Amino acid sequence: MARPCAVIGIGQTDYRKQLELTLDGLVRWAALEALEDAGLTFADIDAVVIGKAPDALEGVMMPELSLCDALGAVGKPIHRVHTAGSVGASTAITGATLVESGRYDRVLVVCYEKQSEGNATWALSGGRSGGQGAGGTFAPWIREYIRRSGAPEHIGWMVAVKDRLNAMKNPHAHLHLPDITIDKVKESPMLWDPLHFLESCPSSDGAAAVVIASEDAARSAPHPPAWIVAHAKRTEFGSFPGRDTVYIQAGVDCATALYKKAGITNPLEQIDCAEIYVPFSWYEPMWLEGHLITPVGEGWKLTEAGETELDGRFPVNMSGGVLSSNPIGASGLIRCLEAANQVRGTAGDYQVDGARVALGHAYGGAAQYFAMWIVSSEVHPTF
Amino acid sequence: MSTHRTPNRDVAVIATSQTPSYRHFDGPEPVMIMRCVNDLLAETGLERKDLEFTIAGSCDYLSGLPFAFVSNIDGVGAWPPVYESHVEMDGAWALFEAWLRLQLGDIDVALVIGSGKSSPGRPREVFPLQTDPYVMAPLGLDPVSLAGIQARGLIEAGKGSERAFAEVVSRSRRDALANPNAQVAVDRSVDSLLAEPYFSSPLRLHDLPPISDGAAALILAAGDRARELTSHPVWIRGMDHRIESHHPGLRDLTTSVSTAAAAAGAGVQDGPVDVAELSVTYSHEELILRAALGLGDDVSVNPSGGPLAGHPIMATGLVRVIEVADRIMAGGAGRGVAHASSGPVLQQNLVCVLEGAA
Repeated sequence: MARPCAVIGIGQTDYRKQLELTLDGLVRWAALEALEDAGLTFADIDAVVIGKAPDALEGVMMPELSLCDALGAVGKPIHRVHTAGSVGASTAITGATLVESGRYDRVLVVCYEKQSEGNATWALSGGRSGGQGAGGTFAPWIREYIRRSGAPEHIGWMVAVKDRLNAMKNPHAHLHLPDITIDKVKESPMLWDPLHFLESCPSSDGAAAVVIASEDAARSAPHPPAWIVAHAKRTEFGSFPGRDTVYIQAGVDCATALYKKAGITNPLEQIDCAEIYVPFSWYEPMWLEGHLITPVGEGWKLTEAGETELDGRFPVNMSGGVLSSNPIGASGLIRCLEAANQVRGTAGDYQVDGARVALGHAYGGAAQYFAMWIVSSEVHPTF
Repeated sequence: MSTHRTPNRDVAVIATSQTPSYRHFDGPEPVMIMRCVNDLLAETGLERKDLEFTIAGSCDYLSGLPFAFVSNIDGVGAWPPVYESHVEMDGAWALFEAWLRLQLGDIDVALVIGSGKSSPGRPREVFPLQTDPYVMAPLGLDPVSLAGIQARGLIEAGKGSERAFAEVVSRSRRDALANPNAQVAVDRSVDSLLAEPYFSSPLRLHDLPPISDGAAALILAAGDRARELTSHPVWIRGMDHRIESHHPGLRDLTTSVSTAAAAAGAGVQDGPVDVAELSVTYSHEELILRAALGLGDDVSVNPSGGPLAGHPIMATGLVRVIEVADRIMAGGAGRGVAHASSGPVLQQNLVCVLEGAA
């Protein structure tokens, strides 16, 4: 049977371009911070799980092989996950699974991307030049969301401003844009209609790490644990006739499974805050609906009412989110660990008061891979 | 040192499938995967929805396409949506994760896949990218050259000889004559092999694996569900994997401490070994692996011919598990060991112990 487990250590690099750091230096920075937070050293770790998006982004094939020394994994198991953009959250879930299985007591999970080493849009176009990139894939689906929901155009601009202002409170964030305004977003160059430049995520470098521990190990950790109450993953084909690319079945199924496992019946009321993978502004309202947090057609209204702001009813991306930092392979793990920061009370200036239950989420591919977890300050939260 | 407990929920391989090892499969990778998945469904009578968790291992770099694994989903089957994951590792590591996933107790059946097409590229130029990108990859040090260095080290340490390597090749490829999935199967005498020229001294071309395309898949089931689905479950008694330093200069290349540690973790020595399928990608590796696993001369190693007879990278390790499981299912062996490897000169190793109905 699954054993309870928790995040007991969190480490993050800064997410600006890191031209002066090797890949080894990058992952080790995050790993050492996570270990220090957990009051552990590499010697205490039973197994390492590493995740990142395509190896071609840095040109290093199966990098767990060359990074094992930097991650203290020599003599131990090291496991490598790759599930496209969702990989950070998938890797966290694999780490949790290894502990829940009873096999290991302390697992180090590390994810990274160093976009400055390559050309992400090339890679995101399947390695073909002149490709459409991620924005080009998502823009028509966003248009379709706007058509169906009747959402006004400024919703995307509002999300872009909100997440960047949240990022001002996060020292790790790549983008710090203190002067951003709705007008500046609206007047920034159009990249993929309706997405403007300032509605898109940056290309970031960075690594993130968590230590996941069994219940006994978590109870002896120096700082409050974030209990991993539930996790879920779902995948569907990226393209087939009749596919609904707005209200995506795999996303609905994933959320349904997640809430069921956690005992959540009303996510909007029972989840205190969420870190959701929003690489392009419109995905905030789209996932609010697509993951059953609001009814269909209502997600944008929550955004418009300011309820997803830091002091709103359902804060989203308190850390600044993917719109402010996107080391792709790490971005999902950052969502998961920022959710953990909230329920541990360690989110600093972007802490949501009294956060008890938080959602971490990532998606990837042609919006076809979903991975999510619910963390809580309580091992068995009741609702 | 890593500590772990052996999981207590019994999990068995209940069905297996593999494509032949092709020099060049004239079609996309998902087609090979789909053949395996369809085989497994036909064999077990299960439907796609009955496979509660799916996990695949493959490598973008073999296809030369970032996100190549995404199109593999077409072969896996993902509508309605499935609970699924992917490792950028050999399918044997996908098996490891699936085995632990089934320990959670909420699901009972998992599909495990490994697949790869090496034919589109030139592996000897691609694989140097596995080495350290700052100090080694620029040298272009490729796995074949590194294997030659390792084989030379074995000879100089008095642990091997060119004749011993040729004996591995002669036996493996002769055994492969009985394996319908083999790519290279031939009856060659040791003396005739030794008359060939060097390729990466002291290795000859025949000491290397072929370049292959292929896929493999199996279904795992837990406890009573396994017994219900087959009368011949093959139980996973233990599994472990370990890695060594990325820098070959920091290792004794004539031994495999990671294989020995994984063997101890998997419990190889807890019973007799009737059959072993090892990822012997270069002939000399069999000597190192036999020693690390503690296998006596009486143990049948690679009766399928092993990777020297067919080497679909990313499936090769999972094929080893399947070859052992198939022999146990057929009643030809009671307990066996499968081994998978990743990285240059046996850097990372996985060991799995399988056993028939007790």
